[in-house]
Amino acid sequence: MTSTTHASPAGTPSGPGLPAHSQAEISDEIAALAAEDGAEAPRPGPRLDYAPYRSSLLRHPTKAPHQVDPEGIELWAPCFGQRDVHALEADLTIQHGGEPVGERMVVTGRVLDGDGRPVRRQLVEVWQANAGGRYVHQRDQHPAALDPHFTGTGRCLTDDDGWYRFTTIKPGPYPWKNHRNAWRPAHIHFSLFGTEFTQRTITQMYFPGDQLVDLDPIIQSVTDPAARERLVADYDHDVTTHEWATGYRWDIVLTGSHRTPTEEEGA
Amino acid sequence: MSGVRTEGDLAPTPGQTVGPFYGYALPYDGDSALVPAGRADAIRLHGVVTDGAGAPVPDALLEIWQADADGSVPARPGSLRRDGWTFTGWGRCATLDDGSFSFSTVLPGRRRGASGEDQAPYVAVTVFARGLLDRLLTRAYLPSDAAEAGSLLSSDPLLASLPPERARTLVATPDATGFRFDVRLQGEDETVFLTHA
Repeated sequence: MTSTTHASPAGTPSGPGLPAHSQAEISDEIAALAAEDGAEAPRPGPRLDYAPYRSSLLRHPTKAPHQVDPEGIELWAPCFGQRDVHALEADLTIQHGGEPVGERMVVTGRVLDGDGRPVRRQLVEVWQANAGGRYVHQRDQHPAALDPHFTGTGRCLTDDDGWYRFTTIKPGPYPWKNHRNAWRPAHIHFSLFGTEFTQRTITQMYFPGDQLVDLDPIIQSVTDPAARERLVADYDHDVTTHEWATGYRWDIVLTGSHRTPTEEEGA
Repeated sequence: MSGVRTEGDLAPTPGQTVGPFYGYALPYDGDSALVPAGRADAIRLHGVVTDGAGAPVPDALLEIWQADADGSVPARPGSLRRDGWTFTGWGRCATLDDGSFSFSTVLPGRRRGASGEDQAPYVAVTVFARGLLDRLLTRAYLPSDAAEAGSLLSSDPLLASLPPERARTLVATPDATGFRFDVRLQGEDETVFLTHA
């Protein structure tokens, strides 16, 4: 790999030319921060200041976010429609005229706002590694095969009940340079829009039973075990289809909404 | 608890970093051109994203969301397949190797302040980056000149609630083609990021 691949920021202990930390050292740091946060009220999201993920050292704000009442444009979200997303973009296995290598799978679930309302007709974007753990990205130098039949990007619009559905290949785990023998658990990146600007989020979906999850500083930056579980899909045999694809279910809940009924009527 | 929600489990799904490999997935042709750059009323909103050491961040992704020139909230699809005519109010720009980003857009319509006065508009900004474990939200205020930039600090409720040296991180600087708005992720002069809980 080149030094630009997954590089740690200059000056950190795992920088080029310095001995990399072991998984045991990283796991100790993960445990210490979990214990520290365990004594406090659970955090709903990840810690931004999370040293076990070395790339965060110089990239996390040091000041608490400033509380503000959303207003005007912040009470609305961009609108996407059929002209933006072709229905076939939800199938990542048909983009290149041949079957990709790997385990064909379907992932489906609902996108809800913090009040439990479905997020209707809104954009969902996904990207992921192929079955061998390789991304179609020039900076990914992991020596696993690229698959000429798989790019690993997809889009869809949720339906009127907030459901999304993608057909894809189960991504593989892959090594990265955070520390020595560091491996990311298999995951799919999800990009989501709600009905308000403040609900915009990007996250990662993980797979049930993946033992790399406990070792991974990115998912472990969510220090509340219950919150972490919300990042892990369920295997769902009712989504699995006969002689075709295995199925996973994963729901996404965005933050609460701020618009008043009056503003809603003005839509 | 699991990733399949039962009735009443409405805790938000935690965010996770955009990671290093979004480059082949999220950017697209025309993503940062809310209007064509050459159009008579086009403005440029540009800047650099830097880290706590002042180094440029070459793997950040910014999104902007804003009102139309008349102040209305766009509710039109077409951001992903731009036709050059439809203003959707939303755009996306990945930073280059020097940490820079550049949008072409229009100046959003001016706002009414608390006492009805005409006030400089802002653009809502979302920041993602490798190394940044969750997205950050902020505002880029777009004053017409230095005098208005100064008066905004005392008249806008958000800016007035911040010490002036912090508030200034949210106020873009007018330049020849539009505005310069730098994003500093960490440090003494780090950008004010917002929460709306």
